[in-house]
Amino acid sequence: MSRALLVLVAALLVCLSVSLFGENLIASRYAYYYDILITIGINVILATSLNLVNGYTGQFSLGHAGFMAVGAYASASWSNHLDPYLLASIGGANSPFATNVAFLISMLLAGSLAAIAGFAVGVPSLRLKGDYLAIATLGFGEIIRVAILNTDFLGASRGLSVAGSYTNLFWTYGSVAICVYVVLGLVHSTYGRGFLTVRDDEVAAEAMGINTTKYKVMAFVVASFFAGIAGALYAHFKAFLTPEGFNFFRSVDVVVFVILGGMGSTIGVIIAAIMLTLLPELLRALAHTQFVPPAYQGLLENRLILYSLLLITLMLTRPQGLFGDPVAIRKRFTRSRGN
Amino acid sequence: MDRLIEIVQQLVNGVSLGSIYALIALGYTMVYGVLRFINFAHGDIYMLGAYSGYLLAPYFAHFFKFGEFDTFTPQNTLFILSGAGLVMVLSMAICAVIGVLIERIAYRPLRQRPRLNVLITAIGVSLFLQNMTQYRLGADPKAFPQLIPIHVVGGLGNLTILTSQLAIILATILLLIVLRLIVMKTKMGLAMRALSLNPTACSIMGVNNDVVISFTFALGSALAAAAGILVSMDSPSINPLMGNLPGIKAFVAAVLGGIGNIPGAALGGLIIGILETLVVAIGFPQWRDGIAFAVLIVILLFKPTGILGRVEREKV
Amino acid sequence: MLRRLLGVSAICLASSCCVIAGVKIGAVTCLTGALSSFGVSSVQGAKLAVEDINASGGLLGEPIELIVEDNGSKAGEAATIARKFISQDKVAAILGDLTSSATMEVAPLAQAAKIPLLTPSATNVAITRIGNYIFRSCFIDPFTGKVMARFALDHLQAKRAVLLTDVKQDYSVGVSDVIRSYFTENGGQIIASLAYSSGDTDFRTQLTEVRGRRPDVIFLPAYYTEAALILRQARQLGIGAPFVGGEGWDSPVLVQIAGKSADGNYYTNHFSAADPSERVKAFVDRYRAKYHATPDALAALWYDGARLLFLAVKRAGSADPEKIRDALASTRDFEGVTGSISIDENRNASKPGVILTIQNGETRMVQQVRP
Repeated sequence: MSRALLVLVAALLVCLSVSLFGENLIASRYAYYYDILITIGINVILATSLNLVNGYTGQFSLGHAGFMAVGAYASASWSNHLDPYLLASIGGANSPFATNVAFLISMLLAGSLAAIAGFAVGVPSLRLKGDYLAIATLGFGEIIRVAILNTDFLGASRGLSVAGSYTNLFWTYGSVAICVYVVLGLVHSTYGRGFLTVRDDEVAAEAMGINTTKYKVMAFVVASFFAGIAGALYAHFKAFLTPEGFNFFRSVDVVVFVILGGMGSTIGVIIAAIMLTLLPELLRALAHTQFVPPAYQGLLENRLILYSLLLITLMLTRPQGLFGDPVAIRKRFTRSRGN
Repeated sequence: MDRLIEIVQQLVNGVSLGSIYALIALGYTMVYGVLRFINFAHGDIYMLGAYSGYLLAPYFAHFFKFGEFDTFTPQNTLFILSGAGLVMVLSMAICAVIGVLIERIAYRPLRQRPRLNVLITAIGVSLFLQNMTQYRLGADPKAFPQLIPIHVVGGLGNLTILTSQLAIILATILLLIVLRLIVMKTKMGLAMRALSLNPTACSIMGVNNDVVISFTFALGSALAAAAGILVSMDSPSINPLMGNLPGIKAFVAAVLGGIGNIPGAALGGLIIGILETLVVAIGFPQWRDGIAFAVLIVILLFKPTGILGRVEREKV
Repeated sequence: MLRRLLGVSAICLASSCCVIAGVKIGAVTCLTGALSSFGVSSVQGAKLAVEDINASGGLLGEPIELIVEDNGSKAGEAATIARKFISQDKVAAILGDLTSSATMEVAPLAQAAKIPLLTPSATNVAITRIGNYIFRSCFIDPFTGKVMARFALDHLQAKRAVLLTDVKQDYSVGVSDVIRSYFTENGGQIIASLAYSSGDTDFRTQLTEVRGRRPDVIFLPAYYTEAALILRQARQLGIGAPFVGGEGWDSPVLVQIAGKSADGNYYTNHFSAADPSERVKAFVDRYRAKYHATPDALAALWYDGARLLFLAVKRAGSADPEKIRDALASTRDFEGVTGSISIDENRNASKPGVILTIQNGETRMVQQVRP
């Protein structure tokens, strides 16, 4: 077994034991911190997966929330409608074995459907570059959201209640471990070199005979799979879904993680995701103390104003984010104009 | 006969809607022409235009008697139009300045950097404008003051054309003519056209690229602001997020017509406006926004250069 | 730098869990974001209620501590706030949320933790079905729909109606369904059901069809943003029939935007600021003095909801969530500014509504409707 795989198995075992022994304690006594922990896990999965597309492959996707939505609604539909049959046949709703198996199936379903959606978006994206791709992915994200809004079976505007809050520390951080393992594994393999080539100079890559199509689509599919998993975790944690919760602003949230962390740096986006998940809670706590004059409190609470200023400042002063590679960033998308 | 009137009615609605999209699309296309960059924040300039009008109008309301006239008469038409025109021109000027400022502060420093950075910055600017307006002026819709009397302009039978719709169509035609004159007959227009072909050659010929780019931004922003005012005369409800959807649809219109092509943007705007009205007319109002995205996907798949666009060879 | 940041964060998190004597109630609403104007109204109403109770000796001898949190008009935040209220602030009860979708996030958590929750403004029927700790102090969509249909049948003698629904809003869809069934069961006929989406600004296509059908009345359970524009465009197109709407119309902006087109239409509401009764006048005057604005229905609903909750705590005699829950369930004839409220066996509010009309840009009360 390679070293990476050993680390993964060790991580999974750690998650499992923490979950088995500490879960109930944390979830009941420290529910607020528990919420933050799970949210961090979900955001890390989203950020790492988007980084594969935006960071490593250089395709700017603004529709990640759409894939998360596919995963969330798919797993919710499974839990609401098919779970009772499944649970009855393998041990009943009270058996932890049964519910965990049911959840695993629902997560895999979520990831697969999201991956199919990723394929559907990836294929047309072949022809598009930079700005066009960004708008097209935004469009796809919106189309997915509007489709859900118009589907009565999925709750439409009423929203969808999710039966069964199966998300726990094991599933969340287990998924984080697997996601990071897969992404890093891909990046450090031949595929990874393919991604990076597409990012650095697509024309040269084509000229060298590299099938840029294959790599772009692969990046989208893998990223969407994990976005779907994140969606499933979200659905079974917040227990209620609305189409509005997966709109463009949600996609922007994830994009900010990736930009802040540094496109192309997995450790960077993980840290950025953690920081930016904690930030609103810190601001919330800050708002309750007397440190901030009331005149500015509204500004603090307005997360989007801060995010937008963060984006602008980052791009002007440190476009590689916290941990990104400045040279690679500079090389990307610089098309020579005018001769 | 009734059916015919209904079709004409929908056409009028579609053209009036399309004119708004055309005005916004022109800004996208001009900026793309000189900078090869999609100004994500352009839709929010449209919103700021509407808010400028909302904030300015009270200062002139007394003098120009906004809202006090019920109909247009031969005597008061000139007076009313000058009042509305003044508010519009001032809003256009304010937004032109805002556009130039945004370019200077957020886009110019990134001109040598990869275009991805500028796109992200543009998203940041857009979010900032929306949320700052929301924070300072409130997220709830505000009532745009009535600048011109709104009533039906005589029509046959059931055909209803409102003064506001007529104003939109006429104002758009006027602005398009002015734009054409500027682009074709002035030196600055010549510089803009040259810059969109080849910036290096331009600067060699002694053109100050920066000034031309600023001018382009100013022009595009002014047109978007005009659109904001015109649409608010027709639907007097403004809110900080009103630029989102029209911005995206106008972008689709610009791409449809051929991005970088000025008549293309106008044509694209009209087509999207009419298509949208059609979709609602045949009974699918919930897909009215989706149709623009569908058009975008189709165009990008089959003819990315748009209807009037020219194919650009990528040189390496 | 990093160390200082950590230090500040630690202090912040620690200070937010320091214990103050007094009953703690958590209030969650949307203070920032797209729904912020509603949220601000609601908090203002609730805070006025806190002042009332604290002025008369507080709850159980101590001033109430109302912890207000903002869900940013964002999905998922309300659940986080609920967990904070339950595990960190250890509140005795939760007031909120404003919208049905946010309340649907909070309610299962409150039920599981056995902390009573009272929403003063979320109208989705499914909310109180979640469990016996979930209460609501406003009427639900089916009531609105029935009142609207009944009014059209009786007061307007309408037989043929058109129904205009906002397909993006759960509230509009819910009320429309009830109108459709009630109106047709009682002798009316829905000659057309048309749809639009919130965010649209042009309704001429739908209204052109309405014009062609010549209805006696048009039902419009919409929010005021779209309602204002629809009324305007309808009158511009020459449609003369009256519109009947729901409490979503309630806002001064409706008349500002619609102008003269708003006259002659009707809508149901929880509350009328023009109500001549003593109680309402006193509330309106105090609200105006403190906030320099006329209270809207949301402010009134949250004022009543908060007071109802506080009085339930008083009746319970302790901060024990179970006792508070029982006290809430047994609330009868609570006198609020939105009417006399009793909590029924489904934990929804049984209370009157009002029907308002607009004349010359002012709202006037037409009649009160008993449940």
